[in-house]
Amino acid sequence: MIVLWGSNARETHPIFFHHVLRALKRGAKLYVVDPRVTSTARFAHRHLPVRVGGDIALANSIAQSVLSEGLENRAFIARATEDFDAFAKLVSHYTPERAEAMSGVDPSLVRELARDFATADRAMICWTLGITEHHHAVENVWSLINLALLCGQVGRYGAGLNPLRGQNNVQGGGDMGALPHKLPGFQDVEDPDARGKYERSWGATIPPNKGWTLTEMFRAMERKELTALWVIGENPAQSEADAHHVRGLLAGLDHLVVQDLFLTRTAEMATVVLPACAGFAESEGTVTNSERRVQRVRRALPPPGDAKDDLWIVAQMAKRLGRDFGEPTAEALWDEMREHSPLHRGMSYARLEAMGGIQWPCPDDQHEGSPFLHERLWEEPVRGPKAPFHPCEHKEPAEALDDEFPLRLTTGRRLSEFNTGVQSKGLASPLVKDEALEVSPQDLAALSLLEGQRVRVRSRRGAVEVPVRVDRGLPKGLVFLSFHQPESVDTNLLTIEATDPRAGTAEFKAAAVRIERCE
Amino acid sequence: MRTEKPKGRDGGLVQIERMIELEVDGRAVRVPEGSTILDACKKLGVDTPTLCFAENLTPVNACRVCVVELEGSRTLVASCSRKAEPKMVVRTDTERVRSSRKMVLELLGSSVNMSAAGEFENWCSQYHAEPERLGTPSHAPAVIDNDLFVRDYSRCMLCYKCVEACGDDAQHTFAIVMTGRGGEAKIATEFDVSLPESACVFCGNCVGVCPTAALQFRREHTLREAGEWDLAKQTVTKTVCPYCGVGCVLELHVQGDEIVRVTSPSDSSVTDGHLCVKGRFGWGYVR
Repeated sequence: MIVLWGSNARETHPIFFHHVLRALKRGAKLYVVDPRVTSTARFAHRHLPVRVGGDIALANSIAQSVLSEGLENRAFIARATEDFDAFAKLVSHYTPERAEAMSGVDPSLVRELARDFATADRAMICWTLGITEHHHAVENVWSLINLALLCGQVGRYGAGLNPLRGQNNVQGGGDMGALPHKLPGFQDVEDPDARGKYERSWGATIPPNKGWTLTEMFRAMERKELTALWVIGENPAQSEADAHHVRGLLAGLDHLVVQDLFLTRTAEMATVVLPACAGFAESEGTVTNSERRVQRVRRALPPPGDAKDDLWIVAQMAKRLGRDFGEPTAEALWDEMREHSPLHRGMSYARLEAMGGIQWPCPDDQHEGSPFLHERLWEEPVRGPKAPFHPCEHKEPAEALDDEFPLRLTTGRRLSEFNTGVQSKGLASPLVKDEALEVSPQDLAALSLLEGQRVRVRSRRGAVEVPVRVDRGLPKGLVFLSFHQPESVDTNLLTIEATDPRAGTAEFKAAAVRIERCE
Repeated sequence: MRTEKPKGRDGGLVQIERMIELEVDGRAVRVPEGSTILDACKKLGVDTPTLCFAENLTPVNACRVCVVELEGSRTLVASCSRKAEPKMVVRTDTERVRSSRKMVLELLGSSVNMSAAGEFENWCSQYHAEPERLGTPSHAPAVIDNDLFVRDYSRCMLCYKCVEACGDDAQHTFAIVMTGRGGEAKIATEFDVSLPESACVFCGNCVGVCPTAALQFRREHTLREAGEWDLAKQTVTKTVCPYCGVGCVLELHVQGDEIVRVTSPSDSSVTDGHLCVKGRFGWGYVR
């Protein structure tokens, strides 16, 4: 059984979805939880049309159903988890009937998913940004983890919790410590032992405290504590929520360096632009995919003009800052990294080549990699800490709908495009259409609009003009925009920067808007 | 209340691989149950021509170029699809096999432009096939209805691979089918509309499996038309797609510092040889 929650994988992870399709042919059951009837939902046995922001209430009502029918895995709960009682008490208030007002999902569908999930031999929950782009992103994820713990659907082959990564090395960035609180291999920067290993190896001192998340950086810019910024391969001027505000902050910096392949909107604002190589085709290295598989990228082409490899740029920057890194190769750096990261230690370039990539943890050069995690939860007794339940109450989106802004805007990706379009805008797919605001047939009629008519979509933060297009997969009251064509439709002028306090993700999935006619 | 479930790496499923022993050209060979005669031939290093077969698709037995003689079977059998059975006696190098393969090569080569079909010309000399004695294929301009790939029907040998890749062997888009009968048979979209008007999502998985270059990248077509397409000048570099987090393995085919084609190896556990529109065609920005 596969639950795709807040994920339109058919369009956003097409080759992952091939694996899902293969499982369906072998008899797996697919549930899709999404406010829209997406192309993914059309392949599902059951589609649960969750209200935007209703995920916690839905997950809690599934848990309530499991518990009320006695389908929980009590032996697993007793051995491998903690805080179950508090969780059971909290979810007891979320009967499917009561939760429907919050989640929007018919109680019979909730009970059906609950029974199938609890009784499946192997069930997996996969999610993407429909779960994480909310101001309660972490609680959304906890709610899904709770379900897996409740039914023992974790730590076994074919079961588990699987966040589908949206970019080719977002996992690898985390692996390598491109997080404010981690060193390579997810070692805590505030742990003196972990820090010490690197300090001895590098002959340098590492700041002992964790840094800022992206959203915290913008707050620090507001306070004028952050005055210089080096942006590598990111286009925050168009990708961040509440774009007007973000552009103002970037413009107010003393010094902005942008290292990119393209002269992006952010690069246009930069003091200095460093032209870089295309990672996948013009440089050597590794990336880590969504299943934690480290794979090699290789240079197939010489980079154009003055474009330089990221490694070269960083080494030159270090040199000018008074430290000579020499001219390290990607492999030499990788070998240094894995010396200190137990998760990666067994992954030499030779083994990555021979095995077609390796999934971490891979602690030594005999280890074959790890297709799944958390197997220890099935050991008797459990080694290490038990997995805690995190009871979470339903929360409404940060911005409530009202008479002034009565429609819910949610944003997402389309098949042939990618993020702010800098890479994909040269892709001449006939499927790429001019961006349009997708509305339900009911809203189109209620607003007396015609398909193709240009409208102004306004939120409390900004407005964009865009033609409307009917999507029969949308429920009444919900409208959809992608953020792929910011040059013509600057969607993130509308979105809200309400962020999750722990993860720092903004609520791209839920803004309040109204539609005005363009005169 | 439920009891605990089986644990472990294989989720409690134990795969037992039974081995089967058969004989190919007088040599004994053991292959796992479920293998085909073709697998057994490969294991012995017996060179077998194939056109409609692909590792990542269900065999359709369309081309018959892989036929072998099977003791006890009245007809020749397609080695790509016939499952190996214990005590089978297979012969690949008999007069009957050779003349059948020769005939298939001549029929194909005289009706379809097979010049870009991998080993075709080598097989013709190996089997003494002379397609031209039966006639030469007619020419027709390629159908160009989008900027990503073209359809050159004069090269289409009706092997079904594209239909399978578009359908339930991989993509589940079902944009193309075999239409017509006999001499009128061809691969077409619904109502024969152009690809942009069809259900096509432009993943190019049909292009990826096409054995004859009936389906070509637009750039490949331009280079071929100009007589500049040159496999000898191409390098193939394995890397990873720059888009979503699935991590699809790409093979970048580069000629003259330009990407001219993108494929994925069929033995990749991530892709099984299939890609989406961005992985297949979304590299224009590095040119």
